[in-house]
Amino acid sequence: MNNKSPVLMGNSQEPFVRIVKRKELTKQQVLLLRVFAFLLAIIAGGIFIWTMGKNPIDAYRLILKGAFVGSKRNPLSSIQATINIAIPLLIVSLGLSFAFKMKFWNIGGESQVIAGGIFATYFALYYSTLPGPILLVIMFVAGALGGGLMGLLPAIFKVRFGTNETLFTLMLNYIALYVIRYLESGPWRATPGFASIAQIDTNARLTHLGGVHIGWIFAVLLIAVVYIYLNHTKQGYEISVVGESQATAHYAGMNVKKIVLRTMFISGAICGIAGMIQVAGIDYTLSAGIAGGVGFKGITVAWLAQLNPFVITFVTAVFSILEKGSGVMQSELGLSSAGTGVLQGIILFFFLGCEFFVRYSFVLGKRRANA
Amino acid sequence: MNNMFINFLYAAILSGTPLLFATVGEILSEKVGNLNLGVEGMMWMGAFAGFFAAYKTESPILAILAAFGFAALGALIYAILTVSLKANQNVTGLTLTTFGIGLSIVMGYAMTSKIGGAPKVSEKFAASLNHIHIPILSDIPYIGKLLFQHNPLVYLSVILAIICAIYYKRTRIGLNVRAVGENPSSADAAGINVTLLKYINIVVGGGICGIGGAYMSLITANGSWQPGGIVNGSGWIAVALVIFVSWSPSKAILGAFIFGAFNSLVNYVPASVIDIPIAFYQMLPFVLTTLVLIITSVRKSRENAQPAGCGVTYFREER
Repeated sequence: MNNKSPVLMGNSQEPFVRIVKRKELTKQQVLLLRVFAFLLAIIAGGIFIWTMGKNPIDAYRLILKGAFVGSKRNPLSSIQATINIAIPLLIVSLGLSFAFKMKFWNIGGESQVIAGGIFATYFALYYSTLPGPILLVIMFVAGALGGGLMGLLPAIFKVRFGTNETLFTLMLNYIALYVIRYLESGPWRATPGFASIAQIDTNARLTHLGGVHIGWIFAVLLIAVVYIYLNHTKQGYEISVVGESQATAHYAGMNVKKIVLRTMFISGAICGIAGMIQVAGIDYTLSAGIAGGVGFKGITVAWLAQLNPFVITFVTAVFSILEKGSGVMQSELGLSSAGTGVLQGIILFFFLGCEFFVRYSFVLGKRRANA
Repeated sequence: MNNMFINFLYAAILSGTPLLFATVGEILSEKVGNLNLGVEGMMWMGAFAGFFAAYKTESPILAILAAFGFAALGALIYAILTVSLKANQNVTGLTLTTFGIGLSIVMGYAMTSKIGGAPKVSEKFAASLNHIHIPILSDIPYIGKLLFQHNPLVYLSVILAIICAIYYKRTRIGLNVRAVGENPSSADAAGINVTLLKYINIVVGGGICGIGGAYMSLITANGSWQPGGIVNGSGWIAVALVIFVSWSPSKAILGAFIFGAFNSLVNYVPASVIDIPIAFYQMLPFVLTTLVLIITSVRKSRENAQPAGCGVTYFREER
């Protein structure tokens, strides 16, 4: 892109390649472009698998098999496991989209999931004599509160001092992680000499419905709630105005600080609920692996879906299938399950590149005289 | 007691070195306005490539070059997407991390299963990265151990940091780079080739992060490949360090060794003196970094803040 440099452009010379804004593409064209990007990514991923000395078609087949084909005893087992992976990722991605809509870079999903997990686990450990439903409601509220406060903290500093939220939230992930490590090795340790927290009581565990813990019902409801909140409520509208331009929001008489704080609390609270659900539905304990990267993955999912809750659901499904299926790929094909990271990375790279072509196109040669 | 203190400082320098590489690399990138959250991924890529080249060629120079090159390739993907295709920096960086970690584990796994055991570099190679011994100088009590008894990569990291500091403070091109990071459109108007400078700094910066990764597989892990990797979050600590040293490569030398000291502190402070859980030692770098971040923003210190154009996509056609 040297040719864009003013030095090379000279006085009247035109650059050889120019970037121009496209006319708005129709929805079908955009979709077509994205499908094309996805296909390219699958092919590029295939080339990668092939260079590792494996058959790409086998690899993709095994991923799908691993994600969908269950055991003889329970034909649904794999699908259920895939859904278990999808639930926290879906909830966190939805939660993060609140912040991103406001152009607030909440990179702290991990910390908010962890905070929610810690708050919920506290009640599960110390109030386990309460009746199950009441305890679970308390844990749910506690999880939301924990995540919300964790989200609120960087927002307070942002509105008060303009502290960079990307870096602040990033640091909080690690601070929160080591809080769990501390709890494991100290106050909440179950057995001396072994750094882990006790299993929570059966009271504090989510019941199953259709073979999957009922967290999935919450996740499904959340899709609709987030869609309605962001697109059809006053508060949702305020978020998008603040995201577009804080000056406009001020001018329109909105209380920008209040909106930022409120939205980050909600964003964190939703992530916190994901932490509570992970504790009460899957892990039955609190461990350093509770977030397991969903805070980071959620960022890419929310971005890839352009913050549309329904597309987020779809992208989450794709990522979860890759995640779950890769284990089978490793055992049957001998390609490390970490290959999911590579495939997810390649898909994202292609989509990141693709967005450019949705908005702009390269034009060769001379500008028209009237341009 | 004295000896123990020297040993502690020595250990701090050893574990701070990979952080120094990665921090210098990330400063290069952030100074042209690109917050690259892919440091962790690039370090993993460097860790594997450096190890692989060391295993195959037994040459330390080739190992470092391989680590540099492979990580620079990762940074190039990032540069193409964020500079030319105007993609979001945060998402691209995070993706690079996912991609880089996945890639090195997959390749390491393939290598391990091919060899059928845990691969380890040869004795000859390990000896070439042993700590140096300069007659007389290395034998000075205390100072000799702290200054003249390290492995060559320690010196390389400090030299790179010093070069980087001179580059920003004393050269015209360094001045241009800072202009690009602070205000790309003014820099562009002044005739600076914004795109070219961004590319060079991001790619070279990524490569340097990769050397930091190679340090971890070749020295920290004693030249063996760990299936779960060895970088384990150092890349994120480096991102923190960049803030901690307020984007200054010369301060990074001290900063990296301070953070390295946090790593080693736990082994050297007897529980009878200060009895706090290990987790708090590990948390310390991140807490301090957060405090630095807050303090600089409260003081509105322009000097110590992130380059103004950092994280913002510059698009000349869209003004």
